[in-house]
Amino acid sequence: MNLTLFIWRQKGPDKKGRLEQYEAKNISAEMSFLEMLDVVNEGLIKKGDEPVAFDHDCREGICGMCSQVINGVPHGPQEKTTVCQLHMRNFKDGDSIYIEPLRARAFPVIKDLIVDRSALDRVIQSGGYISVHTGGIPDANAILIPKENAETAMDAAECIGCGACVAACPNGSAMLFTAAKVTHLAMLPQGKIEAARRVCVMTDSMMNEGFGNCSNHYECQAVCPKGIKVQFIAKLNREFIKAAIRRRGGF
Amino acid sequence: MILNGKCPAGPLAEKWDRHRNEMKLVSPANKRKYNIIVVGTGLAGASAAATLGELGYNVEAFCYQDSPRRGHSIAAQGGINAAKNYPNDGDSIFRLFHDTIKGGDFRAREANIYRLAVLSNNIIDQCVAQGVPFARDYAGYLENRSFGGAQVSRTFYARGQTGQQLLLGAYGALSRQIKEGTVRLHPRTEMLDLVVIDGEAKGITVRDLVTGKFECYAADAVCLCTGGYANVFHLSTNAMGSNVTAAYRAYKKGAFFANPCFTQIHPTCIPVSGEHQSKLTLMSESLRNDGRVWAPKNKGDNRSPNDIPEAERDYFLERKYPAYGNLAPRDIASRAAKEICDEGRGAGSSGYGVYLDFADAIKHLGENKIRERYGNLFEMYEKITGENAYKQPMRIYPAPHYAMGGLWVDYNLQSNVPGLFVLGEANFSDHGANRLGASALMQGLADGYFILPYTISDYLAQTAFGKVNAGHPEFRRSMEDAESFTKKLLSVNGKKTVSEFHRELGRIMWDNVGMERNEGSLKKAMELIPGLRAEFWENVKVPGSGVELNQEMEKAGRVADFLEFGELMARDALHRNESCGGHFRTEYQMPDGEARRDDENFCHVAAWEFKGVDNGPELHKEPLVFENVELAVRNYK
Ligand SMILES: Cc1cc2nc3c(=O)[nH]c(=O)nc-3n(C[C@H](O)[C@H](O)[C@H](O)COP(=O)(O)OP(=O)(O)OC[C@H]3O[C@@H](n4cnc5c(N)ncnc54)[C@H](O)[C@@H]3O)c2cc1C
Ligand code: SF4
Ligand code: FES
Repeated sequence: MNLTLFIWRQKGPDKKGRLEQYEAKNISAEMSFLEMLDVVNEGLIKKGDEPVAFDHDCREGICGMCSQVINGVPHGPQEKTTVCQLHMRNFKDGDSIYIEPLRARAFPVIKDLIVDRSALDRVIQSGGYISVHTGGIPDANAILIPKENAETAMDAAECIGCGACVAACPNGSAMLFTAAKVTHLAMLPQGKIEAARRVCVMTDSMMNEGFGNCSNHYECQAVCPKGIKVQFIAKLNREFIKAAIRRRGGF
Repeated sequence: MILNGKCPAGPLAEKWDRHRNEMKLVSPANKRKYNIIVVGTGLAGASAAATLGELGYNVEAFCYQDSPRRGHSIAAQGGINAAKNYPNDGDSIFRLFHDTIKGGDFRAREANIYRLAVLSNNIIDQCVAQGVPFARDYAGYLENRSFGGAQVSRTFYARGQTGQQLLLGAYGALSRQIKEGTVRLHPRTEMLDLVVIDGEAKGITVRDLVTGKFECYAADAVCLCTGGYANVFHLSTNAMGSNVTAAYRAYKKGAFFANPCFTQIHPTCIPVSGEHQSKLTLMSESLRNDGRVWAPKNKGDNRSPNDIPEAERDYFLERKYPAYGNLAPRDIASRAAKEICDEGRGAGSSGYGVYLDFADAIKHLGENKIRERYGNLFEMYEKITGENAYKQPMRIYPAPHYAMGGLWVDYNLQSNVPGLFVLGEANFSDHGANRLGASALMQGLADGYFILPYTISDYLAQTAFGKVNAGHPEFRRSMEDAESFTKKLLSVNGKKTVSEFHRELGRIMWDNVGMERNEGSLKKAMELIPGLRAEFWENVKVPGSGVELNQEMEKAGRVADFLEFGELMARDALHRNESCGGHFRTEYQMPDGEARRDDENFCHVAAWEFKGVDNGPELHKEPLVFENVELAVRNYK
């Protein structure tokens, strides 16, 4: 198939960017979206032009590195699918495709389709973990965990940290990402102990990093490639209220 | 030179404990005075950096991705082994040790593997404490499943995302240390050189991948945790950025490269769909628990698999290896599949594939159970191929997957260059000539959480801290070398793209140094690779400049190293006149087609010393001594 692409080109963080038009010719339906971009890039290099910069690594939908907005939707048209797992059989001959970086106040563009998502790392650094040292741990079966809780924790832990939820949100909120981590850990007895503190520091950090508020648009859930549910945001809010009550009494 | 692995004396089960008691410690007050560089933040690197930080050392951690959470460990699907024996099915530390050494075809050190089996249990405890949501049964206990090369169920798993969950655990521990200020993180930064001063590793030179700036970091010790080199084959299950660069440049600075020809071809990957293919996707080996592997009995049978009657199917693994059946080790399963396809009995339009069929399992267990176990893998398969594996069998084919070879290290994970430690897939240590499934995650975490923190203190306690700083002339020289290498890449300005060279190299490697090799094919590779390398330096086209984010340049640097490293692999494979594990030399096989080892002449680790790109490297040997297991012919029948 032949396609017309409009791709965001931006030389650097302080440079102005714009959409430029490219033709993608003889694209097979078996290709992944990124393989289609590889083909376009090979063509650009051969012509002596600069290829389009985009983030990617595992190309298996698990590392969370790939991040593009395709026709206005982070990760593109296929439900629960990262860009790298999106295949060209979802498009048809003659289509025009708009390809842009994830856009959010907290994610400045570095170059072309590459953005800086280190703010998400800093949200985790603020307290998105269990404060356990290496070594001296009792047997793994010493603390039993109900299967349902372990399953819910796993549902939440599937988040790949791609940031699509942020880009989809009209407020640029990282609520789904943060709620997924808060829920994952709060569902487990090991993580419960610090749950109150964790939810407070993580939400504070989220605000400080320039992410917006959550006003229940649920665009995040619609684009999340891992099917992370907005119910986790409700869980975060419950944890937050519990923590606020406790905070009044001092931690 | 005869190399010494420095395994401690004494009975096997006591070696590590005894060694731990004898190693020197760094006092708590002194720890923060020592700087340690950790390159790589996959499982090995993240666990090491976090633990060293907890102990109070000053750590600088580097990775090329934008976040430590994206190291390629994240892609591991199937699980992690441990000798817990929770199912009470006869497992033990000794059995895990024995399976691993046998699976590796007796080409690894007893002492290392025994230690690994002991530590496997601590890893599970640690990960559960970090909040890794492993699968559990209805009573709340941890669940296990079986994996290739074992007759017990010892594999712990978190759906099909075990590597992801383990890495998120280690990333959490690392994040905590970043907050504490013991670890400083340098993402989007690539190591380009190891700096060796007075024979000891004292720092690295890196390039900031965003600004293009070169920088030097001095330290008291350097740990490489930079993963494996299966991308030398171009198409592999590794991430696009996985590379040999860090390890290879350390090799060029004097670190020995051990057993580079030991690479693993994984039997269950999605077949290639065309020239555009950029990587191959693994379908976890755990699928072989419930899936049955078969091919049509008749050549050129291109009916749809569901139309081929039972009597015309050849369940070749069950037929050839009745004891292990579909769970035969990877090297054996891969070769068996290739044989079938070479006979013309392959599945799919290309003929390069066999079937992995779940119809029986669905009949016995129900579709829901299968969905619960492998749902995400079936989804992934459908996204890539457009086929529904609940309704028709998957098509699978072997693909390069893992590097057993790596930088040579002794029992302390220290290379022959003092102060240089190598962890995880980047070292060669524990898997011999073939790695068993679910053992790489175990090794990476054992190295990082439980081994290095002890052994590095033994080294540091005997070294004064802060011996050199980045002002040392050796650093300037290293930086100039790295810069001129980049300039050279940009200045060729030829006609072929980096990917074209990579693809060509991959084809040479797959055809000649792949699943099967022989003297002729290896000599051919050793002729073709230098030619391709010369062409690369005359005709490669790398656009853009060096002082900006330039992904083509990053790729070019990595491919340039693969173009040298591929030759080393071929040379190593040529020297090893035997077949063992993943190294199958067609000249050396049993009448029934199994690998024929030569224990008399090749029961050694081959460690290569760099002597210049155009001179051959020098071979050093570390003899392998077996005191606790009998060197037997592997038999999975
Ligand atoms: C698809 C797949 C599935 C797998 N499934 C399993 C499984 O089920 N069970 C199992 O036990 N094993 C499995 N393995 C193997 C296992 O995942 C790996 O061997 C293991 O995770 C490697 O960990 P590592 O920490 O050594 O390296 P990696 O996780 O690869 O990390 C390498 C790190 O080094 C950094 N790096 C590399 N080069 C440079 C450089 N030049 N400069 C700076 N940083 C650099 C990277 O940024 C990264 O942080 C699987 C592997 C693959 C590919
Ligand atoms: S919640 Fe979903 S969209 Fe958001 S970072 Fe996680 S995986 Fe990506
Ligand atoms: S490249 Fe890893 S998730 Fe897309």
